[in-house]
Amino acid sequence: MEIDNKKYPPGSYPDLPPPPGTIGVIGWLKNNLFSSINNSLLTIISIYLVYLLVDGAINWFVLDAVFDANDKPSCRKIGDGACWAVITRRVDQFIYGFYPHLERWRVDLTFVMLFIAAAPLLYPELVLRKYLLWFSGIYPFIAFILIKGGFFGLELIDTNLFGGAMLTLIIGVTSIACSLPLGIVLALGRQSNLRLVKVLSVCFIEFMRGVPLITLLFVASTMLNYFLPPGTNFNLLVRVIIMMTFFSAAYIAEVIRGGIQAIPKGQYEAADAIGLTYWQTTRFITLPQALKISIPGIVNTFIGLYKDTTLVVIIGLLDPLGIGRAALADTKWNGLSTETYLFVALIFFISCFAMSRYSLWLEKKLSTDHK
Amino acid sequence: MFLNFNKIWRNEKSREILIQVIVLIGLGWFIAWLAGNVAGNFERLGKDLSYEFLGIPAGYDINQYLIPYNNRDTHLRAAIVGLLNTGLVAIFGIIIATIFGLFLGVLRLSKNWLASKIAYWYVEFTRNVPILLHILLWHGIIINTLPHPKRAIDFGEMAFLTNRGFYLPKPITESGIEIIYLFTIIGIIFSVVFYKYTKKLQENTGKQLPVFWINLSVLILLPVIAFFLSGMPVSLSIPALKGFNFRGGFHLSPELIALTFALAIYTAAFIAEIVRAGILAIDKGQREAAESIGLKQNRVMSLIILPQARRVIIPPLTSQYLNLTKNSSLAIAIGYMDLVATLGGISLNQTGREMETMVLVLLIYLSVSLSISSFMNWYNHKVKLVDR
Repeated sequence: MEIDNKKYPPGSYPDLPPPPGTIGVIGWLKNNLFSSINNSLLTIISIYLVYLLVDGAINWFVLDAVFDANDKPSCRKIGDGACWAVITRRVDQFIYGFYPHLERWRVDLTFVMLFIAAAPLLYPELVLRKYLLWFSGIYPFIAFILIKGGFFGLELIDTNLFGGAMLTLIIGVTSIACSLPLGIVLALGRQSNLRLVKVLSVCFIEFMRGVPLITLLFVASTMLNYFLPPGTNFNLLVRVIIMMTFFSAAYIAEVIRGGIQAIPKGQYEAADAIGLTYWQTTRFITLPQALKISIPGIVNTFIGLYKDTTLVVIIGLLDPLGIGRAALADTKWNGLSTETYLFVALIFFISCFAMSRYSLWLEKKLSTDHK
Repeated sequence: MFLNFNKIWRNEKSREILIQVIVLIGLGWFIAWLAGNVAGNFERLGKDLSYEFLGIPAGYDINQYLIPYNNRDTHLRAAIVGLLNTGLVAIFGIIIATIFGLFLGVLRLSKNWLASKIAYWYVEFTRNVPILLHILLWHGIIINTLPHPKRAIDFGEMAFLTNRGFYLPKPITESGIEIIYLFTIIGIIFSVVFYKYTKKLQENTGKQLPVFWINLSVLILLPVIAFFLSGMPVSLSIPALKGFNFRGGFHLSPELIALTFALAIYTAAFIAEIVRAGILAIDKGQREAAESIGLKQNRVMSLIILPQARRVIIPPLTSQYLNLTKNSSLAIAIGYMDLVATLGGISLNQTGREMETMVLVLLIYLSVSLSISSFMNWYNHKVKLVDR
């Protein structure tokens, strides 16, 4: 474009607005959706696919769906979408398993207290955090007493009756809480100067990471008893939690080892120079930095562990997936697998997605890089 | 005595030895305790540790086998069939997952906002749902929503999709097939030699030949020519509806399809993130420099970005492959007969030898994992940037 030099002498061009079509909605559309012929084609195909998906999904999930019926044939008579009756008829089982009705307030109370106990751990800037941390410390014991019973006049509940989302939370939270300290110990062991300690840690970590979790659960359910003194017979749920803890501790150890290795050598040299002992160095220099770097990895391991709790269904525990499969085995609901599994998938998606968002938030918060 | 101990404790070397000796004693005691328990339990139950059961007939059927098998074969053979089935799912799963994951990863970086958002939500939805649910969901969809063989969805009367699986035409080889194999091998050798030659030619003279197209046409044309030369020794067995089911052709069971597909799309979501992170890890200046010396977009990708991204991508990619292989053990949930379902499942229940079978299963998985991860370490070492 020729610019009239007489009208605007050099150095005195006016501030012109950006050309139309490069800003605002139109500009955004042009840049992001229709920047070239290929791009426009891609956009149109994508819009069509999304339309098909959303249209079909809304009809199947909501508009044509049946939310209450006595069995599958009567569902099909009302509408040809999803038959959610298989879920709505058993909502309480999906949450509590077969926990006795009258005692369910205990589970509810424990669940509410879980948030109070977890809050000071998850949000570093919470008010009264110091005092709440004490509560987090004693929470595991309160939770155990409340759910299992047997103390203070609470009725003792058999673990066979545990099930549903409650069981997932029990296995998940317990294994997570136990595997973090064990993982730290293993990571330190792997980095240790003591040959024997190092070899033992490496063997444990590589063994746990080398085999599928399901085989470990089989070990827990079939052959673990052989390794215990004759006559001991301890609870399947406890055995499962122990195996899950070992399994995820090995993964967490590797994540933390990455964090430890990322610490510059100068940090250790400085610690040695001011005469800190091994444990002081670990406590004040290594771990605070290593744990901070490894937080995203640790949270990802936790998400993995939480998802892996579904495997307990294979050895016969009744987590939400197990409850769903039990419902499908009922001749009344035979064949409604898509509805059941999608419902359980949705539960897991919501909780895992929330956890991964939290991890991103924390990562941003803890990052002290200059940007 | 006390003074002596103090002296040992103050010296770093002797302290290390002391701690290790204590650990060793503790470990020895622990192992002895376990071994004693095992011996006690075995005696109480009247069992012994023996692998003789591997030699006796298994007595159960396996619906999917790569080597001939029937229920009169031994437990050992059943275990091998299971292991091969694990391998089958793992290999197909890895191939599909890699292709799909690469595609998603690139789509995620697309300049097109909508396409990148679709890829993003696909990845989030897939990887935040447990793999076991993926497997069960797809298996349920095949079993419960696909039509019966009588009303099969057909693809040009050649392949059929039903709730009993996928039926494909199967090539049947006749005598003369050796010529085709021979020509194919010649084609492969030619393309490798030609590739090396053109690379040298380019390094020496700067001349470029269309290697890809020439090699592709050689690889396709030679077998085709051989096919006609040898008098067409390959015919197709097309599945046909006989009674209530299809006969002939190649049958993929619902379990195999569901397992492979679920593992592939689940792992693809993770691979997509790895690919994306790998490409993003390459310094922006590399791309800008490549563009400024006039390379075309696809050359920028293939010559500058991907070779560097490869170094970042391969280690996590290998561990995803390993995860896929380990996750294939969930086959037992839908009744696909893999290693865990044969040796660790039915063989275990029939012989009652929990210890022996589980130890074997663990050892097999462990040796596969360890060999792949040592290969990965070797590779990492090889492609590592030399720090100066």
